[in-house]
Amino acid sequence: MAGRMASLGQQPEATEVVRRALEGRRADWRSRLFEGFLLFSLVVAFFFLVWLLVATFVESIPVWTERGLLDFLNTPLASNPDNAGISQGLFGSVVMMFLVALLALPAGVAAAIYLEEYAPDNALSRTLNTIIRNLAGVPAVVYGILGLSFFVLTMEGVTGGRTVISGGLTLAVLVLPITIIVSAESLRSVPASIREAGFGVGATRWEVIRSHVLPYSAPGILTGVILTLARAFGETAPLLLVGAAATGFAQPANATLLDQLHGPYTSLPTIIYVWARNPNPGFQPLTSAAILVLVVVILLVNAIAIILRNRYARKW
Amino acid sequence: MTLEEPRTSNGSDEQATRAAGMQAMKVNVGGGGEQRVAVGGENVFEVSDFNAYYGDFRAVKDITMDIPKNRITAFIGPSGCGKSTLLRCFNRMNDLVPVAHNSGRILYHGVDLYDQKVDAVEVRRRIGMVFQKPNPFPKSIHENVAFGARIAGYKGDMDELVERSLRRAAIWDEVKDKLKEPGTALSGGQQQRLCIARAIAVEPDVILMDEPCSALDPVATLKIEELMFELRDEFTILIVTHNMQQAARASDETVFLTMGEDRAGYMVEKGPTSEIFTNPKNQLTEDYVSGRFG
Repeated sequence: MAGRMASLGQQPEATEVVRRALEGRRADWRSRLFEGFLLFSLVVAFFFLVWLLVATFVESIPVWTERGLLDFLNTPLASNPDNAGISQGLFGSVVMMFLVALLALPAGVAAAIYLEEYAPDNALSRTLNTIIRNLAGVPAVVYGILGLSFFVLTMEGVTGGRTVISGGLTLAVLVLPITIIVSAESLRSVPASIREAGFGVGATRWEVIRSHVLPYSAPGILTGVILTLARAFGETAPLLLVGAAATGFAQPANATLLDQLHGPYTSLPTIIYVWARNPNPGFQPLTSAAILVLVVVILLVNAIAIILRNRYARKW
Repeated sequence: MTLEEPRTSNGSDEQATRAAGMQAMKVNVGGGGEQRVAVGGENVFEVSDFNAYYGDFRAVKDITMDIPKNRITAFIGPSGCGKSTLLRCFNRMNDLVPVAHNSGRILYHGVDLYDQKVDAVEVRRRIGMVFQKPNPFPKSIHENVAFGARIAGYKGDMDELVERSLRRAAIWDEVKDKLKEPGTALSGGQQQRLCIARAIAVEPDVILMDEPCSALDPVATLKIEELMFELRDEFTILIVTHNMQQAARASDETVFLTMGEDRAGYMVEKGPTSEIFTNPKNQLTEDYVSGRFG
């Protein structure tokens, strides 16, 4: 050891050469510039988000101080801003989200399983995949027109026309392609080695899917699917077409759930849309308050998605 | 056990086959390696004019050979010569590749594996597989072993079966206190032995091993090789390996494959391992096993 150090010590010039080479001279300014640009983009995006939330909150303060959250949530619509609330909107949105969860999610996951696990890789299945991807990009208002012509007019006998059921069905169709895509992507992320292991011990396709593929992809499917629910909750345009109204209706005080499902309806985003266009300045704080409620609900749904994903992920 | 049920149709044949295999085994132990084939144990597989394709590409060409029962048959050859493809055809695992197809025949105890009436799932229940990269299910150790038996309709004591399988795979002592822990938390060598336990838990007839030690260190490799010799009494083992010492150490029969100009793999030579490694008939084999090529 001492000998080695001594021999190194005898070549100070060589050491100096190596040190200079290792210390480097070039400033890595490109990397710094790129990093700065990325940070700037993040700040811009974040700035608008924060600005939006703060401005909305500030505007809505009178509602919270004068009325309180519960009163705002529990009061139905009214032409006088002083006693208008969003109870019907919450009801409509929650019912529609429930319908979406009930209809689009099982159908979407099932379709994804078929496409990923069973469909042969041929021209037909590839075309189907492309169509589904394109459908996911179709503007929501187009689905509104579909909902109007199919669920409201053609299927009036079942849906009752411009009802919350038509609205929910329309939203279900709207999120179906996205549900299929996120589910299919989760299924695709299951390593081939897991499937091979299953087949290798003599499992049938169904046994491999049920026991290994689905549990493995469940967290991803769940997360994606809940996020599509949040999307359905915030959708406005199609509902305007299938008859969500924010004025000119009142449920009788003793209306049963069935009456409400078959009567006129509204949704939270629809109320925001209508209130925002109302010339009466008294509706401005109400609009902001309704927006905050909507944002909080969507954040809550997303939080649930994350919690569920983590819980399932820990099982492995 | 329900697993056995379909076999009862040709039960007497089966027993005869087993008896013959055992007899051959006994002679083996006493006699020299060179005489093993001459002794004439039963064949598990009889392959004739077999070709495997991926789309238009022929991966394996004109294979004709017999695989003896209760022996370890090693497949060696350069990368891309179709060893793994051929191995995966023995339990129809290659069916899972959409563009894969084949011609010729692989007879398993006289039955054509690719016959229209043959169910690939039933084939894989009898011909198990251990893969190149250890791939335990991301579930508990217990469930890893129990899964195959449960779907096969095993009605006996599952805990007992799990223990027995893990013991046979020489991993029981290492995992007996953590059967509920995930199989994926084990070391690579342990995972591979768990995969072997999973394979033998369904009481297969044959075990296919696709480079089972390529991801393992020498100590773990040695354990797997020792294990193979113990399992040989009950199972027929086919192993693909890149490691020539492994083939020399741990097999009774060796098949040397290489590929031609068209990149299709073909069989150069097959024989008792000692012969392939010490006195090969073909120059290509000699070049390969002596390390001059491949």
